[in-house]
Amino acid sequence: MNDSPAASPTFADVNRDVLETLRPPGNLYFGWMCIVGLILTCGILAWTYQIYMGMGAAGKRTPQMWAMYITSFVFWIGIGHAGTLISAILYLFRARWRTSIFRAAEAMTIFAVLTAGLFPLIHAGRMWFAYFLLPYANQRYLWPNFRSPLVWDVFAISTYLSISTIFFIVGLVPDVAAMRDASTGWRSRIYAMLSLGWEGEHEQWRHYRRAYGLFAALATPLVLSVHSVVSWDFAMALVPGWHSTLFAPFFVDGAIFSGFAMVLILILPMRHFFGLSAYIHDRHLDAMGKLILVTGLVLTYFYICEAFTSWYSGDVFERASLFWKVTKSYAWALWLMYFCNCISPLILFSGRARRSPVVLYVVSILVLIGMWFERFNIIVPSLGHDFYPYTWGIYKPTIWDATIVIGSFAWFFILFLGFIKVMPSLSVVEVKETLPPPLKDAARAGHH
Amino acid sequence: MPATTETVLGVFAHVDTTVRALEELRAKGYHDLAVYTPIPVHEIEDVLERDRPVSRVRLFTLIGGLTGTASGFLLTIWSAMQWGLITGGKPVASIPPFVVIAFELTILFGGVATLIGLVTLAGLPRFRRSPTFDRRFTNDRFGVAVHCAPERRPSVREILQSAGADEVRP
Repeated sequence: MNDSPAASPTFADVNRDVLETLRPPGNLYFGWMCIVGLILTCGILAWTYQIYMGMGAAGKRTPQMWAMYITSFVFWIGIGHAGTLISAILYLFRARWRTSIFRAAEAMTIFAVLTAGLFPLIHAGRMWFAYFLLPYANQRYLWPNFRSPLVWDVFAISTYLSISTIFFIVGLVPDVAAMRDASTGWRSRIYAMLSLGWEGEHEQWRHYRRAYGLFAALATPLVLSVHSVVSWDFAMALVPGWHSTLFAPFFVDGAIFSGFAMVLILILPMRHFFGLSAYIHDRHLDAMGKLILVTGLVLTYFYICEAFTSWYSGDVFERASLFWKVTKSYAWALWLMYFCNCISPLILFSGRARRSPVVLYVVSILVLIGMWFERFNIIVPSLGHDFYPYTWGIYKPTIWDATIVIGSFAWFFILFLGFIKVMPSLSVVEVKETLPPPLKDAARAGHH
Repeated sequence: MPATTETVLGVFAHVDTTVRALEELRAKGYHDLAVYTPIPVHEIEDVLERDRPVSRVRLFTLIGGLTGTASGFLLTIWSAMQWGLITGGKPVASIPPFVVIAFELTILFGGVATLIGLVTLAGLPRFRRSPTFDRRFTNDRFGVAVHCAPERRPSVREILQSAGADEVRP
C-alpha cells in the first residue's frame, strides 16, 4: 500500500515537518497572494458599484431574479460538504486515510461556507437589512415565516458555520499546543494563547476524545441536512425543473462530488510545495479519486432520473422545460455540465489516473466547472422557461456580477492561503495517531 | 491525601514503558497521577479509565440537544401564533416545516453545549502552566507525574526508573 518503503516518520518528524510548513513563505506565495488579492479587490469594487447603482447592475430582472449569485451560493455551500464528510463521517467510520487531509478539508469547509454566506447578502441588495432574516423581538410583532425554505436555509447555514467552526477549532487546540512548544518567541506566545493552555494531560484527553466523537456525530446529520435544506429552496417551489422530491439526495451527492474536487485542488499543491509526500501518499489520492468517481456515477444516475421523471410525469410544462434546456438557449451549459460531471470522471476508473496528480487536477477543475454549471442549469433555464410564454426570458451576466463571482473565488483562496501559513494544515495529533506507537519492546507490538 | 505532597515526574519515550509504569503505580496504590501524552493512547487510557465512568461531556450534549429541540418548536409555534394568519388552509402551528428549525437548533445547541462541557470539564483555558508540564509532552515524550508523600519519593522513583523512564525528576 505504502508507496515509500522507507521507515515511517516518527513523532518528532511530524512536529518538525508541520512546523516547517509554517516557515516564512517565499516569493511564489506572495506572488499568488498579490494576484488573488487583486482579483478580490476587483470583486469588492464591483460589489460597491452594485450597492451604489442597484441590482440592475447585476443583470437582475424578471424572470431570473435568482441567477449567478444563487448559483454561486449553492456551489460554495456544496464545496464545504466534502470537508465535513472527511472530518466527521470518515472519522466515525474510522477511515484512517483521512488523517493527513482532514485539516485542510475542514478549513476549506469553513472558508467555503464563509464565501457562500456572502452571496445571499450580495443578492439581497440592501444587505444592511440582512438582520431581517433573523428572528428578533421587534415592535411590529413581525416574525420570520418559518414555513419558508429560505428561513430554514438561514438556520441551516448558520448552524453549519457555527458547528464546523467549533469542530475545527477544537481539533486545532492540541495541534496549536504542539506548535507552541515547538516554536519560540512571539510566535510561541500567540500559539500559547490560542491553545488555551492545552497540556495533553490525561484528564484533558478523556473529555476531549469524548467531545470530539460527539461533534462528529452532530456534524454528520447536519451536513446531510444542510444541502437538503438548500435543495428545498428549489424543490418547494412549483417551477418546472425544480419541483422534485429527488432534489435533496441529488444536491447532497453533487455537493460531496464538487467538494472532493476542491479538496484535491487544494491539497495537491500543498503536498507539492510543502513536500508532504511522506504524509499524503498516493493512496490518499487514490481514495479521493475513487470517491470522486463514485459520487460522479451517482450523480449521473440522478441526471438520468431527473430527465426520466420529467418525461414520465406526462406534465407538459416539465417536458417543455426539459426540452428547452436540452436544445435551446442554454443547451451549451447543459451539455458542458454533462461532459464535466458524467464523462470526465470516468477516466478515474484507471488506477494510474487516480495516482497521477496531473490527471486528478484536470479532472477536479472540470468537475468544479461542471458543478457550477449544474447549479446554473437548475436555476437560470428553469426560471427562464416556466408556465407562461410572457414570463419567459434570457439572463445575460453583466461585468459586475461576473466580477463579484470571480472575486468570491479570490476571497476563498486568500483565506486558505493565509490559513496554511499560520496554522498547522496537517493535524499533528491525528497523523501521529496513525503512526506505529513508539514501543521499546517491539515484540509486544503485535497486539496493537 | 497527606498534608504535604511531593511530585515525582517520569519522562518516557515509549508507550509500553509508560503503561508498565502506570500499572506498577496503580498496583502499589498510587492513584494521584497526572499523565501527559502527545496523542490520546488507548493502552494508557485502558489503565487509567479502568473502573471510572466515561466523561460527562455527553450529558452536556444531551441536555443541549434537547434544549435545542424544545426551543426550536417553541420559537416557531409561538411566533406563528403571534400572527395567526391561515394560509393554504393549513394549521397556523404547522409542525412539519417547524421540524427543520427544531432539527437545526438541536444540532446547534447540542454542539455549543458540548463545547461548554469540554471547556469546563477539561479545565480550559488554563492560564498557568502546571509545574510538571514539559514541552516535550506535546512532541514525542510521555510524562507521568506522581503526587505522593515525601517519604514515598524513593520508592516512586524506583518504580518509574525500573519501568524504563528516560528521566526521573526531581
